[in-house]
Amino acid sequence: MAIDAQQMKKNFGLLIVCHATVIFSHPERIFFYIKKQQTVYMAFPKSLSIPSLILSILLLTTTISNKVSAQDGKSLFSQNCASCHAVNKKLTGPALAGVEDRWGGDKKKLHAWIHNSAAFLKTGDTYANNLYNEYNKTAMNLFPQLTDAEIDAILGYVSTAAKAASAAPAAGGGDVNAAKGEESDNSLLFGILTLVLAVVALVLLQVNSNLKKLADEKDGIRSAEPVPFWRNKAYIAVVVVLLFISGGYMTTRGAISYGRTKNYQPVQPIYYSHKVHAGVNQINCQYCHIGVYQGKQATIPSVNICMNCHMAINEYKGAKIYNEEGEEVNGTAEIKKLYKYAGFEEGKPWDATKAQPIEWVRIHNLPDHVYFNHAQHVKVGQVACQTCHGEIQKMGEVKQFAELSMGWCVNCHRETKVQFKDNGFYSIYEKYHADLKSGKIDSTKGVTVEMIGGTECQKCHY
Amino acid sequence: MSKQHWQSFGELNNSDAYKQSVNDEFQEQLPFEADDKGFLEAKHPRRDFLKFLGFSTAAATIAASCEIPFTKAIPFANKPEDIVPGNYMYYATTYVQDGDAVSVLAKVRDGRPIKIEGNDLSPITKGGTSARVQASVLDLYDTARLRFPTIDNNEATFEDVDKAVAAGIAGLGSAPIVILTSTIVSPSTKEVIAQFIAKHPGAKHVVYDAVSYSGILLANEATYGKKAIPTYRFDNAKVIVSLAADFLGTWLSPIEFAKQYAVGKKINEKNPEMSKHIHFESVASLTGSNADERFLHRPSETGAIAVALLAAVNGQAVTGIDDAKLKAGIVKAAKELVAKKGEALVVSGSNDKNVQIVVNAINEALQAGGKTIDWSATYNTKAGIDADFAKLVDDMNAGGVGGLLIFGANPAYTWFDSKKFVDGLKKVKLTVSFNGKADETTKLCKFVIPSNHYLESWGDAEIKSGYISLQQPTIYPLFKTRQLQDSLLSWSGSTVSYLDYLKQYWSAKLGGAAGWDKALQEGVVNPSNAALASASFSSASVSAATSAIASYKKANPASTELYLYQKVAIGAGEGTANPWLQEMPDPVTKATWDNYLIVSPAKAKTLLNIDLTNNGQADAYEVKPPKHVVSITANGVTVKLPALIIPGTHTETVGIALGYGRNKELGKSVFDEEAGIAVGANAFPFASLADGTVSFAIGSVDLKDTKELYPVALTQTHNIYNTAQGNRTEVMKELTLAEFKAKPTEILEDREAEVKPYGGLENYRAQGTIYPDSMNDRPGIKWGMSVDLNTCNGCGACVVACTAENNVAIVGKPEVLRGHEMQWLRIDRYYSGSDLDNPKVVFQPLMCQHCDNAPCENVCPVAATNHSSEGLNQMTYNRCIGTRYCANNCPYKVRRFNWADYTGADSFPDNQKGVVNDVVLNMSDDLTRMVLNPDVTVRSRGVIEKCSFCVQRLQSAKLSAKKESRPLEDSDIKVACQQACPTNAIVFGNANDKKSNVTVTRMDNPNRLFLSLEQLHVLPNVTYLAKVRNIEEEEKKEA
Repeated sequence: MAIDAQQMKKNFGLLIVCHATVIFSHPERIFFYIKKQQTVYMAFPKSLSIPSLILSILLLTTTISNKVSAQDGKSLFSQNCASCHAVNKKLTGPALAGVEDRWGGDKKKLHAWIHNSAAFLKTGDTYANNLYNEYNKTAMNLFPQLTDAEIDAILGYVSTAAKAASAAPAAGGGDVNAAKGEESDNSLLFGILTLVLAVVALVLLQVNSNLKKLADEKDGIRSAEPVPFWRNKAYIAVVVVLLFISGGYMTTRGAISYGRTKNYQPVQPIYYSHKVHAGVNQINCQYCHIGVYQGKQATIPSVNICMNCHMAINEYKGAKIYNEEGEEVNGTAEIKKLYKYAGFEEGKPWDATKAQPIEWVRIHNLPDHVYFNHAQHVKVGQVACQTCHGEIQKMGEVKQFAELSMGWCVNCHRETKVQFKDNGFYSIYEKYHADLKSGKIDSTKGVTVEMIGGTECQKCHY
Repeated sequence: MSKQHWQSFGELNNSDAYKQSVNDEFQEQLPFEADDKGFLEAKHPRRDFLKFLGFSTAAATIAASCEIPFTKAIPFANKPEDIVPGNYMYYATTYVQDGDAVSVLAKVRDGRPIKIEGNDLSPITKGGTSARVQASVLDLYDTARLRFPTIDNNEATFEDVDKAVAAGIAGLGSAPIVILTSTIVSPSTKEVIAQFIAKHPGAKHVVYDAVSYSGILLANEATYGKKAIPTYRFDNAKVIVSLAADFLGTWLSPIEFAKQYAVGKKINEKNPEMSKHIHFESVASLTGSNADERFLHRPSETGAIAVALLAAVNGQAVTGIDDAKLKAGIVKAAKELVAKKGEALVVSGSNDKNVQIVVNAINEALQAGGKTIDWSATYNTKAGIDADFAKLVDDMNAGGVGGLLIFGANPAYTWFDSKKFVDGLKKVKLTVSFNGKADETTKLCKFVIPSNHYLESWGDAEIKSGYISLQQPTIYPLFKTRQLQDSLLSWSGSTVSYLDYLKQYWSAKLGGAAGWDKALQEGVVNPSNAALASASFSSASVSAATSAIASYKKANPASTELYLYQKVAIGAGEGTANPWLQEMPDPVTKATWDNYLIVSPAKAKTLLNIDLTNNGQADAYEVKPPKHVVSITANGVTVKLPALIIPGTHTETVGIALGYGRNKELGKSVFDEEAGIAVGANAFPFASLADGTVSFAIGSVDLKDTKELYPVALTQTHNIYNTAQGNRTEVMKELTLAEFKAKPTEILEDREAEVKPYGGLENYRAQGTIYPDSMNDRPGIKWGMSVDLNTCNGCGACVVACTAENNVAIVGKPEVLRGHEMQWLRIDRYYSGSDLDNPKVVFQPLMCQHCDNAPCENVCPVAATNHSSEGLNQMTYNRCIGTRYCANNCPYKVRRFNWADYTGADSFPDNQKGVVNDVVLNMSDDLTRMVLNPDVTVRSRGVIEKCSFCVQRLQSAKLSAKKESRPLEDSDIKVACQQACPTNAIVFGNANDKKSNVTVTRMDNPNRLFLSLEQLHVLPNVTYLAKVRNIEEEEKKEA
């Protein structure tokens, strides 16, 4: 994977040209080349998009995870604050960007406020009381369990996030798309080139044989009656072999990918936009997918979780949303659909027992013989949701981003580092710890999932 | 040192058929209709080939053009706060069946209880379970459960029934109502019944137990003035003498006793001391098989033995015993008992009041009270008095009973004179059954209001006085069923639901709602440390009892006696309808799915003309499943049953298990649909009422070989593996305590000798192979198991636990007959010594040994089985193509092949009809399938499977440690067999961890530790601790 992508494309073009010539001149080597070609194919930019994305996200996560406190701050923020606060946006509570300045830089006051806002209000602090009144006397939750250091970590995260947001508007996505466009153009070009070369090779071969015949006639050697190329056994054999190989290859590929549903994007009973919720409004994934840190399933939120917010939010006021067909989606109408499931009538108190479950169409579906656990990956492995689900915060209706094939899983397990030093569980791997210290294991590569047995059958199949 | 061990008669004789079966791993070819001519010479090879080609092409095309199935993901509408979908939770509850009560935890996954585990907080069972407790979860999903209340077999609503019953009660006039139940252990239910009786003058409550303990209850009333059963403390006993009490299998409180018994059997190598157990019995039982010494007698001699033992203990001469061996045994037992006065215990399984009085006198002479017999807590689990029920039956026949409400009792089947009961029942105007299934009695009742399964019920149990165990539902009732208590409460005019009643009842006693919540969460409320107590003994009745016994009719030496016993799994019929229990091989006979007549090898010679010392005859009996059918006649009852020859049975005694011959409505397992007859035969009619208590011993029976044959599915002749040295000394190691004391390193030396050619024990691992040992420098975890053969008593709880945990398929009798049983864990029964009539027995649980140098792994052509870095021998079902090379190459024969689609795993419905029987098909019913563990793949036809060390539990344990960012601890993991074991014989953990139990066990027992078939250099990760038998005199070397 370390090979530069641009370089790869060049190599590939060259390879095809070489292959074409070699195959025609040395049919017996055909298997060898096909095999080679396949391995190259794996790394060809077209299919590079997934691994490269994974790689880039992995790199991203690893750079983040190096800054331990910021990482803590982020997760603390998402665990404790995100349900009511965003960095740059007013939610239930105020936007947190610049919060330290607003409090006059007095961290003590801020700590006291966060620990126990109700008690702090009683001290008669004017800013706090004004704030309280401004937000309709909605009391802020009490966080006595947070230590001062943790609060500082959250504040640290808030300030870096605020800076990052103001410094750079979206950077990542554009490049990927641009790269994609380039790829498809190139492959077409190389294809045509290959065809042209093949025709040239054929013509040259024909010319060669004609010349030979002429030379023979000149020498007085009688040649056999010319055989048209469609009855030439050598040609027929080559065509048959080629057909067999390409047919077999396509069948195998087809069979392997049978049942895989990459890019599956069904229409759901409610047009639920992750872009609106996770993207624009920055609701933490865990707020709705409550199981993701705890268990096997991330869990699709139940109606009562939706209603936590939507009892108050009954119309959509954000930017226009468009579905895949480019039609505009009426957000408010979709919220009303939710109300129908919830059995909620606006203006009346909600009776949660009347709710009906929403029958979503399942997108990510692993076979029964695979055991997958979200907590293992997200909580223990600290893998970002986007690694497997793509840029979910930019999706309208959800689309399956990853192939979810075994090869895809295993490749990631081969390269991903485990949280070897941070997680106490791995302290029993004394040998690896010693090897890391002595440099026997490259500390930049770290201990991968594979090294602790993460590619063995019974880690996922039992 | 090690004696010859043998599993079958063929092995003992090294017969031809035995040699053959050792060579042939599989008894048959794959089930293809091939004539042996090969493909080209076969009929229509070309046409068939084209057909197959065409079919597969068409099938592939159709499959490929199919749309991806559209599936839905439906979340909760309102998610309860504590539930995380996909995570399991444990709820403490109580298993209650016919008076047996065990505190358990139910593992609930997504709203479905899928596994029962012991509750560690219970001081009675201390987390142990039995096969029956383990299997009880399957009863919840039994398709034969009654699904709604009925009036005259027509479906009715609860309101209809309530109204009709109320009218019925009103119409009874002065005729009294009787509530007939098995022992009620629930104090609140007793109050509810009392409330009902108070509302209905003249009503009374009769307790009836199928196998009652009336004898002990009445004897204790006579000698201690208390109609109760005290707690026996086998853990305090250095010498245990059991007079046919199967206390490890079926008697009184087997889980508790197994736990206590194991205390005395655990050996500290530095100071080897053990309890001594001498057993007297007529028919080989589980407890007898575990005894250090066993003596055989006729059932009719039970009383005489007790009297003789009393005499011997009191230093008098032993009289009235003719058999010299037996007499010597009694003298010896008495000597041992007296030597350990205050640390000795005698128990008797007899239901004869007089015998129990004599046993009480013996215990009194041994000063057992307050030491090995504790009167501070008495059992509430057995309260039935046979005479009370006999009187009720008389009353019913006399027309003196107006209404009969039946709960938990099934006298139409279990009462020996069932005709009389049925006749009486016809004279009762109002008959109501609360039983959950259409058993023999329920079918005769007008009103049927099925009760909830215990996993759907609220309740409580006072197992012993002061020891409370609460019951809470783990699933909403699956059907329209209602608890007995709710019915009784509403019929007594109360508007309170039983739940509120129960809450109120316990909140008052446990200090309010908080106390109730805590008790419910923990499942148990225990008394604060109660000191052992004795009771004052009155010897007044002893002489009367002794003279009564002396007057018993002496057995005619020429007659054959019959003894009715309970099987560990089946009990008095509670397990008959449960396929897991039916397929669990009986610990003693290793037979499944059937009832049979147990005869001794000597009896076989005279009755069946089978001489087991004769090669050909032993083979004819053993290798082919059909067994001689014998007709048994006694007390005017005749039944026909196949005969099994079981060593360890008295020559002139035969045995039949209770619990078979049930009616069809109880489920698929009790009835052979093909033959149109019930499975096994009902032996209850042989019993009789003697002196007010039911006796299961019959003085004289006529036996006749009918010359018919009937197949019995025995498993011990399956999975035979040969050993190079013969005699199985490398598989099973056993020695006596005397030998062990004299030379503690004997087994170590034995092992040393076995591996000497490969560099001795020290260098064996590295030098025993030409390959480098790559498994040695794996860091992290290495799973290991240790099994103590000294404490393992062979009860089979682990076998059922494994079945439940790992979705192991039930294959049914025809398939077991073909050696296709699927259990991942089997308990091998070994006989040792060449005394055919009374050999020693050793049990060895055998599961995949997870060899580090596994012979199965390197023969798999598709690498479907391979080794993990944690020492697991992994099996990947989706890769397996079913060559069975691995099974063939496994020296332990622990790999199982799915010969048919037992689990209904493939997508074509009903494709196994006619291939497997109804019981198996029923296991893939939507209801039954609810018991499957979602974390374990359901295997399909054509793949091999085997013990995985419960890898799903290991993974989950690792995950919880990782989530908490801490190293793995022993307490995180308990594999299913280990969890179920009532004696803690199985220890499991990370062998790389110096502090883990498994490492400590291995380090502490270097002299008893051995590996099965060590000399093969397969390097198993399961180690065994050799069996030590407490026999002081050194046994003579067997030839």
